[in-house]
Amino acid sequence: MFEIFGIPSQALFGQLLLGLINGSFYALLSLGLAVIFGMLNIINFSHGAQYMMGAFVAFFLLHYFGLNYWVALVIAPIVVGAFGVLIERLFLQWLYKLDHLYGLLLTFGIALIVEGLFRNQFGSSGQPYQMPEQLTGGQNLGFMFLPNYRAWVIVLSLTVCLGTWFIIERTRLGAYLRAATENPTLVRAFGVNVSRMITLTYGFGVGLAALAGVMAAPIYNVSPQMGAELIIVVFAVVVIGGMGSIMGAIVTGFGLGVIEGLTKVFFPEASNTVIFVIMAIVLLVRPAGLFGRRA
Amino acid sequence: MKRLVGLAALTAALMCGTAQAQQITVKIGVMSDMSSLYADIGGPGSTAAAKLAIADFTKANPNVKVELLSADHQNKADVGSSVVNQWFDVEKVDVVVDVPNSGVALAVSEIARVKNKAFIVSGAAASDLTGGKCNANTVHWTYDTWMLANGTAKALVKTGGDTWFFLTADYAFGHALERDSGAAVEASGGKVINKVRHPLNTNDFSSFLLQAQASKAKIIGLANAGGDTINSIKQGAEFGIVRGGQKFAGLLVFASDVNALGLNTAQGLTLTESWYWDLNDANRAWTKRWQAERAAAGKFPTMVQAGVYAGVTHYLKAVVAAKGASDGKAVIAEMKKMPTDDPLFGKGAVRADGRKVHDAYLLEVKKPAESKYPGDFYHLRATIPAAEAFRPLKDGNCPLASG
Repeated sequence: MFEIFGIPSQALFGQLLLGLINGSFYALLSLGLAVIFGMLNIINFSHGAQYMMGAFVAFFLLHYFGLNYWVALVIAPIVVGAFGVLIERLFLQWLYKLDHLYGLLLTFGIALIVEGLFRNQFGSSGQPYQMPEQLTGGQNLGFMFLPNYRAWVIVLSLTVCLGTWFIIERTRLGAYLRAATENPTLVRAFGVNVSRMITLTYGFGVGLAALAGVMAAPIYNVSPQMGAELIIVVFAVVVIGGMGSIMGAIVTGFGLGVIEGLTKVFFPEASNTVIFVIMAIVLLVRPAGLFGRRA
Repeated sequence: MKRLVGLAALTAALMCGTAQAQQITVKIGVMSDMSSLYADIGGPGSTAAAKLAIADFTKANPNVKVELLSADHQNKADVGSSVVNQWFDVEKVDVVVDVPNSGVALAVSEIARVKNKAFIVSGAAASDLTGGKCNANTVHWTYDTWMLANGTAKALVKTGGDTWFFLTADYAFGHALERDSGAAVEASGGKVINKVRHPLNTNDFSSFLLQAQASKAKIIGLANAGGDTINSIKQGAEFGIVRGGQKFAGLLVFASDVNALGLNTAQGLTLTESWYWDLNDANRAWTKRWQAERAAAGKFPTMVQAGVYAGVTHYLKAVVAAKGASDGKAVIAEMKKMPTDDPLFGKGAVRADGRKVHDAYLLEVKKPAESKYPGDFYHLRATIPAAEAFRPLKDGNCPLASG
């Protein structure tokens, strides 16, 4: 065993792996944001609230209907996604032609209302959610103890991230979507129902947030403010990756997870600011983000 | 005739004066974290507790008129300071109550001193409030970091947990709790191996838990609170901390945290509190009233909220004794002079340094099978008598204590 900057290499490998796992949460959340911004030009500030709703729907399903984690993994994104569709139909569809600021303010307002309602109903200290039995326990990797649940999180998150990237960048449906963003009138002329496609895309992005919420429920405290704390970091991830870039969001999510993880070893007090320091530097050097294209 | 009218006017004026002296008006401001991680510990539940105290007191003393304000400090010392400044200067508030988050409480305590108002702390924990940073305008009611450390840390070292690793929230409260617990551990013959300081409101503790695991310490002391404690324990279960033979010491755990963790995850946790709703009939009766006032049948009051009730009650008694609330220092002096007596904390006293002393309880979280009804969280393991529960007056470095 050797040491790097006074930290045993084994401990360091463990921290790197943990960083990747945390990064997979960032990646999943920023992916949803990137899809919504890339396709709809909406800065979805209610993403954190929708993530929180996902976790709460999982809690409702377990405590009121006795439906377990695996069912929640499917149902929660659909339920919250449907809520997203409703929001898009009622409010967002009128804002596409306006400045980004309007969408941002609207979704921020929705986030405050949703979080306030949940807090009023359930209080702020959180709800219990047990880990599914199949995923308890863990593996001893030699350099660290890896809980099975974390391994599952990284596998599921990578699958969803790469699947989403593939659909948008490599399939015909994705091509329609991207074309509709560039020139909706022309795509409509080909007989594609653009507005429905946009609505479903928003629902999908919101569903991704809810999926991350369900994945978070067994390991993070399920409380109304769980999303508000995370959303700021996730926005920084999206800005660093380049607004609207799908691959940028994924790569930056994982990368920043690792950097944050290392900060937690070398200088834990700064672990919640390091991402913003990086954001400031990236904005100075590459204002469009690491993977963004200059407008 | 002229003289007679003059005399009548004079008498009338004098009578007016006496009538006014009897009628006392007090303005109380409850400031708490109303919307974030500590909102269930204090928050709207503290406002409800203050309302109950005011209702009880004004029923027995109809000549006292009490107005109640409440505000959210958002866990920011600057927000808290500006609210309190406005309360004191513009709204003419006489006393600020509760204020969880020691960072904000230390700021408020200083403002109360400068403006000669009163400050009754219930939610904040830092023992500095009655230590080096004490003043004659502040009373610290419910608990403090020294009491928590003394109760939990001592008990755990005695039962073999003699090596410690601290997971500390990186602000005034966490530092104070870590310092006081470390001192208690070492005084009882244990050893602090290492510590890590995490930012307030951290989501993921896995990295810190891994460091704690690698340290091989027998006890992982959680010098944090609220959501941070919940996340630490929840993820600790995931990483097999307890199965691996290490044990968590929740240095500040509230009933609301245990509820959020679920007994399955929290069972066996040892903790110290100065009030538990299910301890006796008086507490249970008050809990029912609190739930009705708060309109939350499934919630259970914390020691912080009980402390707000008791603190406000004793403050109002002191206001009557001091014949008015305008001189903060005089009212606090009365609070220290009078013995305390209320249905929740029983008989007690406020010391010269502003520390309220009463019994503390060493509790252990029940197993799910042992819990018979909602809110049935703890076994009572030991009662720490008031004289031993808090830091001795001479050890606090408070200038008020030395004379």
